[in-house]
Amino acid sequence: MSGVIGTSVKRREDAALLIGKGKYCDDFTLPNMTHAVIVRSPYGHARINSVLTTEAAEHPGVIAVFTGRDVVNSDIGGVVPTGWLLPGIKTPEHPILATDTVRYAGDGVAVVVAEDRYIARDAAELVEVDYEPLDAVTDVLAAVADGAPQLFEEAPGNISFDWDLGDAEATAAAFDRAAHTVEVDLRNNRLIPHAVEPRGCLASFDDTSGELTLYVTTQNPHLHRLLMSLASLNLPEHKMRIIAPEVGGGFGSKIHHYPDEAIASFCSMQIGRPVKWIATRSETNLTDAHGRDHASHAEIALDAQGKILGLRVKTHAAMGAYLSTFAPAVPTYLYGTLLSGQYDIPAIHVQTLGVFTNTSPVDAYRGAGRPEATFVVERLIDMAADATGLSVVEIRRRNFVSKDDFPYQTAVALAYDSGNYDGAMDRALELSGYEALRAEQKRRREAGDTKLMGIGISSFIEACGLAPSQVVGALGAQAGLYESGKVRVHPTGSVTVYTGSSAHGQGHETTFAQVVADRLSIDVDQVEVVHGDTGEVPFGMGTYGSRSAAVGGSAISTALDKVIAKSRKIAAHMLEASEDDVVFEDNAFHVRGVPSKSQGWGDVVLAAYLAHNLPEGLEPGLEETSFYNPENFTYPFGTHICVVEIDSETGAVELQRYVAVDDVGNVINPMIVDGQVHGGLAQGIGQALWEHAVYSDDGQLLSGTLLDYAVPRAHNLPFFETDRTVTPCPHNPLGVKGVGEAGSIASPATVTNAVVDALSPYGVKHMDMPLTPEKIWRAIHRNGG
Amino acid sequence: MFPANFEYFRAASVEEAVALLHRHKDAKVLAGGHSLLPIMKLRLAEPAALIDIGHIHILKGISHHRNGIRIGALTTHATIARSEVLQRECSLLSDAAAHIGDPQVRNKGTIGGNIAHADPASDLPAVLLALGARIQMAGPAGDRTVAASDFFTDLLETELREDEVLTAVDVPAIAESAGASYLKFEHPASGYAICGAAAVVDMDGGSCRSASLAFNGVTAIPHHAVAVGDALAGSDISDEAIAAAIEANLRIEEPLGDIQASGEYRVELAKVYGRRALQQARDRARS
Ligand SMILES: Cc1cc2nc3c(=O)[nH]c(=O)nc-3n(C[C@H](O)[C@H](O)[C@H](O)COP(=O)(O)OP(=O)(O)OC[C@H]3O[C@@H](n4cnc5c(N)ncnc54)[C@H](O)[C@@H]3O)c2cc1C
Repeated sequence: MSGVIGTSVKRREDAALLIGKGKYCDDFTLPNMTHAVIVRSPYGHARINSVLTTEAAEHPGVIAVFTGRDVVNSDIGGVVPTGWLLPGIKTPEHPILATDTVRYAGDGVAVVVAEDRYIARDAAELVEVDYEPLDAVTDVLAAVADGAPQLFEEAPGNISFDWDLGDAEATAAAFDRAAHTVEVDLRNNRLIPHAVEPRGCLASFDDTSGELTLYVTTQNPHLHRLLMSLASLNLPEHKMRIIAPEVGGGFGSKIHHYPDEAIASFCSMQIGRPVKWIATRSETNLTDAHGRDHASHAEIALDAQGKILGLRVKTHAAMGAYLSTFAPAVPTYLYGTLLSGQYDIPAIHVQTLGVFTNTSPVDAYRGAGRPEATFVVERLIDMAADATGLSVVEIRRRNFVSKDDFPYQTAVALAYDSGNYDGAMDRALELSGYEALRAEQKRRREAGDTKLMGIGISSFIEACGLAPSQVVGALGAQAGLYESGKVRVHPTGSVTVYTGSSAHGQGHETTFAQVVADRLSIDVDQVEVVHGDTGEVPFGMGTYGSRSAAVGGSAISTALDKVIAKSRKIAAHMLEASEDDVVFEDNAFHVRGVPSKSQGWGDVVLAAYLAHNLPEGLEPGLEETSFYNPENFTYPFGTHICVVEIDSETGAVELQRYVAVDDVGNVINPMIVDGQVHGGLAQGIGQALWEHAVYSDDGQLLSGTLLDYAVPRAHNLPFFETDRTVTPCPHNPLGVKGVGEAGSIASPATVTNAVVDALSPYGVKHMDMPLTPEKIWRAIHRNGG
Repeated sequence: MFPANFEYFRAASVEEAVALLHRHKDAKVLAGGHSLLPIMKLRLAEPAALIDIGHIHILKGISHHRNGIRIGALTTHATIARSEVLQRECSLLSDAAAHIGDPQVRNKGTIGGNIAHADPASDLPAVLLALGARIQMAGPAGDRTVAASDFFTDLLETELREDEVLTAVDVPAIAESAGASYLKFEHPASGYAICGAAAVVDMDGGSCRSASLAFNGVTAIPHHAVAVGDALAGSDISDEAIAAAIEANLRIEEPLGDIQASGEYRVELAKVYGRRALQQARDRARS
């Protein structure tokens, strides 16, 4: 139906999920299936002297036990690769099972395959590994200190890469002539993704055909196939089918190629039976790629009027024990490039060191680099307001890139295509009743209220819609970042769409159907969306980085262009009119200016398939594929405002209000967009107030269970007040920008700014997340409070 | 999450449960399973046998008894939270039970299991101390009773012997002239108490006849701040009196600490929450 874009069509994927009929990896059972349990290192760093498997192998019900040596002695590749390279980067090998050394608690050393999971788990305890514990280092700054334990000989000082962007000299000059400078050392806390469904897979190798079918919790089945074919398995791509069934959330953690799916595949290839491996919750927490974990020194320089002259940042970014799939890109091209925020900053310089630590690898997690950048910029802006005496609103306004200055070239490589930053901030100020909030705060402070009120604001930018393939290729990506879309019109006029993006909760099946229904003026129910299966879908790059609508949706849109162009040819032929005179409108082809002459969509489609009378040289059928390569990134932005209240006696924070004004361009389905904003906010607020992956110095994950790691729950959160401004993306056919990450990008800074604001009477200028009650209590009572 | 192998027995009576415990070394009683099964799944506990007492109906329910109110060991948190008898006569217990976990946990978890497990962060132990409850146990040598204040012996350890079954908890009715309060500072992840404060204040006109204050979460075993209560008895129990009593008499040794909250901070929380719980209990007694 035309006009269906922009309406809140109910998510068609929900009914099955809500009644328990969604089929996730663990719901698949194959004949003769076996179960794998991976034996993992309990140490953060240790030499492996020996691995004895005899007792485990003899345990009744055990089929096989394999070690890292068995992998080395096989003909598979046996390593997981990094998909993004930087100049001078050290990429030590990451074997799927360790042979000599384990480098984090959770590193795999052996795998037990048995008839059921209980047996496999029991036998895993019988594998005898003789470890010689080594000194470990888990803190990113400790890892680069003199004398720190070293993870890899080829990476001295634990440095994987030393990257920089921007003009160091111009930035130094800006600081030299500044009237005000502010600096801060800050941390961006390490997070564990916590998708509701833990990772898992089911590998089935057919030794007669040599084909591998792999069900796996992935956000990008083709990327998995590519990496497994090239590096971990060495099977030809045409002999591999990778299926992402229902995937219960990912937040980035299911982008990456982990050892585990290669181990399960290896086992299946060895024993000739299907092998299922499903992580327990603790195991997924221990081994999923974690997020963030930066230590930064950040400085800002301003002139006397509060206009920013320069920004300088040096960041140590933890990589964990090995370089995960996109790990090197996250603290560099997805971070350094965002340090201009919404501001006109003439000179910026950023240096990022990628650092190995004895922890789970760190990689993209909802927002990936952009929340870290926003945190740095928005903290500095608030601190600069304090230093210059400007209000936090005024300093932002003075430095915003103005509406008339787009396209705007930043000092850190990006060209912002469009924006209206004042517009979004104005709306957020209005919606929150900002002036009244400040008045209330003043009143309460004067009255000596023991409940400390704080107001936080954050104006954020993100770059999503990854990505122009030429650009990312030049920056080190080992893949293109276009997307595929195939539109198959059936003879009776209904449509099946195949998309290379791979939903795991986002609602593609609904929104992409809306895109098709809108263009063809057919009912949404006439459209089926297929994704997540390399056996069915053309090569595509998957879902992450808020790219699906902007890139995947655009691919479908351009495939629809081709479908309409071809059907118009057929219609013109049927109508005996010139093609140029035929227009497609309201589900029919009309001859311009001759209202009586038209052909319905259904008739034209049928004619394409009957092929009884097609224009000269035109092939029968109606099916088109497009590989859409975006021209630029997209640049969603917005301003968020929140209100907190702190119990000054305990330091407990209550988040009372959260106002989010986002500009994500055109909106296909407002309800889904709101849902994405809400989820992102919950995650970002979680980072600000509760979430923290903590390792002991010797490499134990201390926050490995949900008893210790606080994931936000509904009752911890206020009712979010959301609104939008709409500045369409100028360079993609749908005018959409992406919304999956916005909430998690803006909110850590918003909440932190509010808490620091509440504590400003106590002289607090900055505080690292998570803003736990104890930390706040200490800040208040530091001086006898 | 796959526990190690174990044998399973379903006991039809307390006597049978005791006999089974006596016969099987390394056996554990299974009640609601909401503390035991999670640690078995993590293989932090690998009992050789489980003795399921879930079908011993006599262990369920709330009734009046000569010493006050008797609560069967198998009574769930949900039943306790909803009990009209308790809401009327011992609201401290029903209020605290309503603070435990989430609805699923309250529907399965039992009072017996909660205190037998003796997790320092559980909500009920301090409540039972503040109330002066008594714990009933049955073993091969017969039944016995201990005061709640003697029941908890160390982190996750109690008076209960390996072959004993906890059968009931007796709590006194709170006097008409008294008020009570349970305040909990929750751990953001687990929802357990970082500091839980249970207070009962009995008023005699404008002065305090008696006050009782106890804490969960702060120390390995629940802490009964007897000296604070003693200091308040006979006072006007004003805000100032409460603050002074706590400042002078709350002595917490060896507080627990973890990545969420240090010992020093927990002690501070105990002061704040203890004060607030006493104030609320006092106000409720007056109203
Ligand atoms: C998600 C979650 C959140 C929770 N949150 C809280 C909370 O906020 N506050 C809180 O207080 N608790 C909380 N709990 C714990 C909950 O209250 C448990 O139910 C309770 O601690 C144990 O009761 P149970 O009946 O489940 O005991 P079980 O798990 O069956 O047993 C626990 C232990 O006690 C022993 N045992 C049980 N009954 C007897 C008996 N009659 N005689 C002798 N030994 C016995 C068992 O052998 C075992 O060692 C939570 C639990 C979960 C899973």
